[in-house]
Amino acid sequence: MNAKFLRYLFKRLFMAVLTIFLVIAITFFVMHAIPASPFSSEKAKSDAVIAALEAKYGFDKPVPVQFINYLGNILRGDFGLSTGWVGNTVSELIMGGFSYSARIGFTAAIIAIVLGVILGSVAALRRDKLLDKIIQVITTALVSMPSFVMATLLLLLFALQLGWLPSLGNQPGGLVLPVISLALYPMAYVTRLQRSSMLDVLGQDYIRTAKAKGVHNSKLIFKHALKNTLTPVITYAGPMMAYILTGSMVVENIFSVPGLGRLFTNSMLRTDYMMIMGVTIFLATMIILMNFLSDILYKVVDPRIDLG
Amino acid sequence: MSKNKRLKNPLSLQIDPDLFREATEDEKKQQVTMRESISFMKDAMRRLRKNKIAMISLVIIVLVALIAFIVPSFYPYTYTKQDVTAQNLAPFQYSAKEQMKIDKGISVFPHIMGTDSLGRDYAIRVIYGTRISLLVGIFSALIVIVIGIIYGSISGYFGGKVDMIMMRIVDIIYSLPDVLIVILLSVAIKDIVSNSKSELIARLGAGMVSIFIVFGLLYWVSMARQVRGQILSIKEQEYVLASKAIGASPARIIRKHMVPNCISVIIIVAAMQIPSAIFTESFLSFLGLGVSVPMPSLGSLASDARTALRSYPYQLIFPAIAIFLIVLSFNLLGNGLRDAFDPKLRN
Repeated sequence: MNAKFLRYLFKRLFMAVLTIFLVIAITFFVMHAIPASPFSSEKAKSDAVIAALEAKYGFDKPVPVQFINYLGNILRGDFGLSTGWVGNTVSELIMGGFSYSARIGFTAAIIAIVLGVILGSVAALRRDKLLDKIIQVITTALVSMPSFVMATLLLLLFALQLGWLPSLGNQPGGLVLPVISLALYPMAYVTRLQRSSMLDVLGQDYIRTAKAKGVHNSKLIFKHALKNTLTPVITYAGPMMAYILTGSMVVENIFSVPGLGRLFTNSMLRTDYMMIMGVTIFLATMIILMNFLSDILYKVVDPRIDLG
Repeated sequence: MSKNKRLKNPLSLQIDPDLFREATEDEKKQQVTMRESISFMKDAMRRLRKNKIAMISLVIIVLVALIAFIVPSFYPYTYTKQDVTAQNLAPFQYSAKEQMKIDKGISVFPHIMGTDSLGRDYAIRVIYGTRISLLVGIFSALIVIVIGIIYGSISGYFGGKVDMIMMRIVDIIYSLPDVLIVILLSVAIKDIVSNSKSELIARLGAGMVSIFIVFGLLYWVSMARQVRGQILSIKEQEYVLASKAIGASPARIIRKHMVPNCISVIIIVAAMQIPSAIFTESFLSFLGLGVSVPMPSLGSLASDARTALRSYPYQLIFPAIAIFLIVLSFNLLGNGLRDAFDPKLRN
């Protein structure tokens, strides 16, 4: 924790906060560029009702004032009131949905990283052998499959044709398929990363030295190589978060999981602008924070990296 | 006499011309061992041709593109034509009405992939969806190439403060979550487009318009970064200094050093861009934010198939295979191009 690192930390934190601010600004002004008022699309109401609603939500004030208010409210954790689910605040809905999405997403991420690291290492250690080729073919196929194709195919095969697992998320064991559909793509990606990074490390001088000293094979891999191969995987944490969060939009719809992704697509159907804004900002903040954390962690674990 | 003299002093450095004889033509030829001079593009293409997987992918892409752009012009069905008597037919199944026609001896073109719930021929809808995917991939690559090259080369060429400011902007754009911004813009633009009278926008649909806008705003950053990095480093290379020293004109330096070194990066980044653009489009269409009905897209076809997944699974399988095949081929071709064009791997 030297001064150089602290300076990098603050610089990176400033960038993250700036990006979150930009996302809020983009979200706010894009939503306000929509000609239709958030309330005009609903059932015919009298002008007085609309005016009252607009005053209640603060839509009668000038846009910059609204933006400052909105920003201030977000800092207090208040994303406003939902118009699609009347009587709920956006924050309540987000938290309700997030408890499902976080469980699925977290499990998927753990599975993806653990299996990916194992498969990638195995492929690298058995380089050009049959096992390596099989792993390579499968991962190449998996990264070419969009999340919705993966999820619907899994649903078709395991829930509808074979009947092994339930097709709905609220049934017992119903979260297995959503987790698998979310985990496969990042798992394949981590496998490829891990394979090339393991090959890279195994070719380095210090490994040859350790071999020459007579270090046992398993000790060589677990003690000397593995630690250094994990740094590229850390950098993938941010993009993986982005994939899992956006992927959950389709996966939760397909398996009817009442999570954040399903909430988001439903709020688009109900043209609930406050919800769309709230969820976009919430998801973006999660992704940006994850990127920030993985960047910092990357520098912490690998001191060779230059702190530009 | 002279022979004796030489023996006396074997260490003499004096050259004795008597010992030399003229080389024969054959011997002269043997000395020319220099390999044939190959231009960078030729060399890269030669390596690409050697890569079987990449070539197979290229053939598949060309075939798919030919099918997607030529078949609709003579196909007997259109993607909008509905037939209530021929709903949800299985592949190669005929409706009762069509069967009667066949019995009378009139030939009926088979529904290769069956029909959908509105009785539209499914094969032509999948073909149109494929066409949308390919168009999105190619146009997004073009957008990325044009903006990325201009931005990156300005930044790299001027360097200094200009470069710093331009790269800060790139850093910020890079960290924006792109898919969320695409979704947000699609939601907003959908509303604006539905009130717009422009026919082009109406035909493309809100999702398409917003995808292209977002590619124009966000996706060029990795291209700009790569091009800038190349230009910056090539500027400082010794071989550029050397060619300057022997009097090469700036035009020659650009032609011989800048362009070939950037071209590889441009090709690699653009090839990687195409599958990710196709992914994004199908994802948006699946969420209902892509092309507007009745225009099909592989994503919206897969989404529609969900309602009757148990009864008509092939309505999911066909678009799923199509999108998988396209993305896989582009991914493998991209890998092949990367291996062929990366100068660091050149040997």
